[in-house]
Amino acid sequence: MTSLPQSTQKALGLVIDLDTCVGCHACVVSCKEWNTGGYGAPLADVDPYGDEPVGSFLNRIHTFEVSPEDAPASIVHFPKSCLHCADAPCVTVCPTGASYKRSEDGIVLVDESMCIGCGLCAWACPYGAREMDLVENVMKKCTLCVDRIYNDNIPEEDRVPACVRTCPAGARHFGDLSDPQSDVSKLVAERGGMDLMPEMGTAPVNKYLPPRPKTGPDNAAAAAPATQESPGGFLGWLDQAFERLG
Amino acid sequence: MHPAISVIFFTVTSGAGFGLVAMIGAGYPLPGGLAAAFFIPLLAAVFCVAGLVSSTFHLGHPERAWRAFSQWRSSWLSREGVMSVATLILFGLYALIWMITGERLLILGVPVALGALATVYTTAMIYAQLKTVPRWNTRLTPACYLLFSLASGFLLAAVLNGFAAGGSGAAGVAFVAILAAWACKYAWWKHAENAGLAQVGSTVETATGLGSIGKVRLLERPHSGDNYLTREMVHVVGRKHAARLRQIALVVGAGLPLIIALAVWIFAGSTLWLLPAFLSMMAGLFVERWLFFAEAEHAVSLYYGGGNT
Repeated sequence: MTSLPQSTQKALGLVIDLDTCVGCHACVVSCKEWNTGGYGAPLADVDPYGDEPVGSFLNRIHTFEVSPEDAPASIVHFPKSCLHCADAPCVTVCPTGASYKRSEDGIVLVDESMCIGCGLCAWACPYGAREMDLVENVMKKCTLCVDRIYNDNIPEEDRVPACVRTCPAGARHFGDLSDPQSDVSKLVAERGGMDLMPEMGTAPVNKYLPPRPKTGPDNAAAAAPATQESPGGFLGWLDQAFERLG
Repeated sequence: MHPAISVIFFTVTSGAGFGLVAMIGAGYPLPGGLAAAFFIPLLAAVFCVAGLVSSTFHLGHPERAWRAFSQWRSSWLSREGVMSVATLILFGLYALIWMITGERLLILGVPVALGALATVYTTAMIYAQLKTVPRWNTRLTPACYLLFSLASGFLLAAVLNGFAAGGSGAAGVAFVAILAAWACKYAWWKHAENAGLAQVGSTVETATGLGSIGKVRLLERPHSGDNYLTREMVHVVGRKHAARLRQIALVVGAGLPLIIALAVWIFAGSTLWLLPAFLSMMAGLFVERWLFFAEAEHAVSLYYGGGNT
């Protein structure tokens, strides 16, 4: 049923640290690697070595430039995958019941055998978290690695989403965001974790930690662009000598 | 949004079809006799079904389309499927009774007409429900769909009644109906001007949450190539010619049909002459519907450098 559960026992999700992410795309690769062989059909790659490669990804890294008014611009790498929203509009629009939100842990999933590939859920999602698979013609999305996190056949330290396990910078955290005592909830409280596009009313479970404030140089001169001062001493004499030569 | 031809054809054609079903069900005067009782409902059904069938062409798995009847409690798309099939079944029964007895039962016709209008409403709500496309997210969207459906259905019914030498007063009503529908569309366009993503409060700053630090600009997309999202929702091709296409839609879809309807009314001509008005209006509606999709800005474009238009 594509009605949303009243509440979920857990709210499993990711906390993504925009301060730490270095934009290496390792999470994109490991996500694709795990999920092309895991839950559901493989993730399509059309024309992978040709002129116009295109394929399905459940996780993509965008790169933004942020320009404060009083400081130099900085780069923010921005990983984006399904936010497993509490009020997920992608679920309620589904005409077939293929999309659903689990009441036990809040994960939003697609039952691919029931998906008719109408694409309406992708239209309903403001975050671009759902992509139609160009080969299988069914909707693909992040499963929060549902086939890893409860998997007794793999070592315990691997029972986290592939993107979290692989991140070399430790910028991705996984846990229960409905439990205020969980590590991820504490991190969100400590660092001022935020929702993306709160105005859309989706109540996302995944949170983003904003970049920490940059520490600037103590004096204005150090922060200013390099200036050309005429050197003194021997170099000054040389400089003037060359000037005279024209 | 990417304007899929199958969906444009579906919304325009089945809009007119269900409009005609509504007119027939509501007891609009039509020619009598067995041939009329057979061909008129058939024509209406062909419009509705052609639209519905074409709408399955954009599905990834049309063979599973039957599953779309199950989620009517939550999904407007499912409600549309249920309403369209229920209405067509009732309409089939109505047509059968009409053919056998020559009677057009109003007691069955009224539910058929209401079902037809409800179907058009559910179609419009598929778009109007989406917060991610602020230009669609308004009550004016179902109002436009309903008025266009009624106007095109009425035109078609008046043409058919021309075979029975129906009065030219219908042309006057058609004039008003066409005018009302396009007035609603004009209001929708005015609303759309003030319903860009930025105007409803969604910017790349809210999309990234980085607005508290400073001005945000996309530096690099995730991949150098296209993907499903950029093709489907970050489509901007139509916007360049939007003003010209809007003029074409107005001239072909509103101007010509209005002039023809007015002429038939004033000169008390046969309503058969409304046929070119109907065809012209349909052509205009195809352009209007193409713009409906092509001009729509989707929130996800904020992650791909959009939102500045």
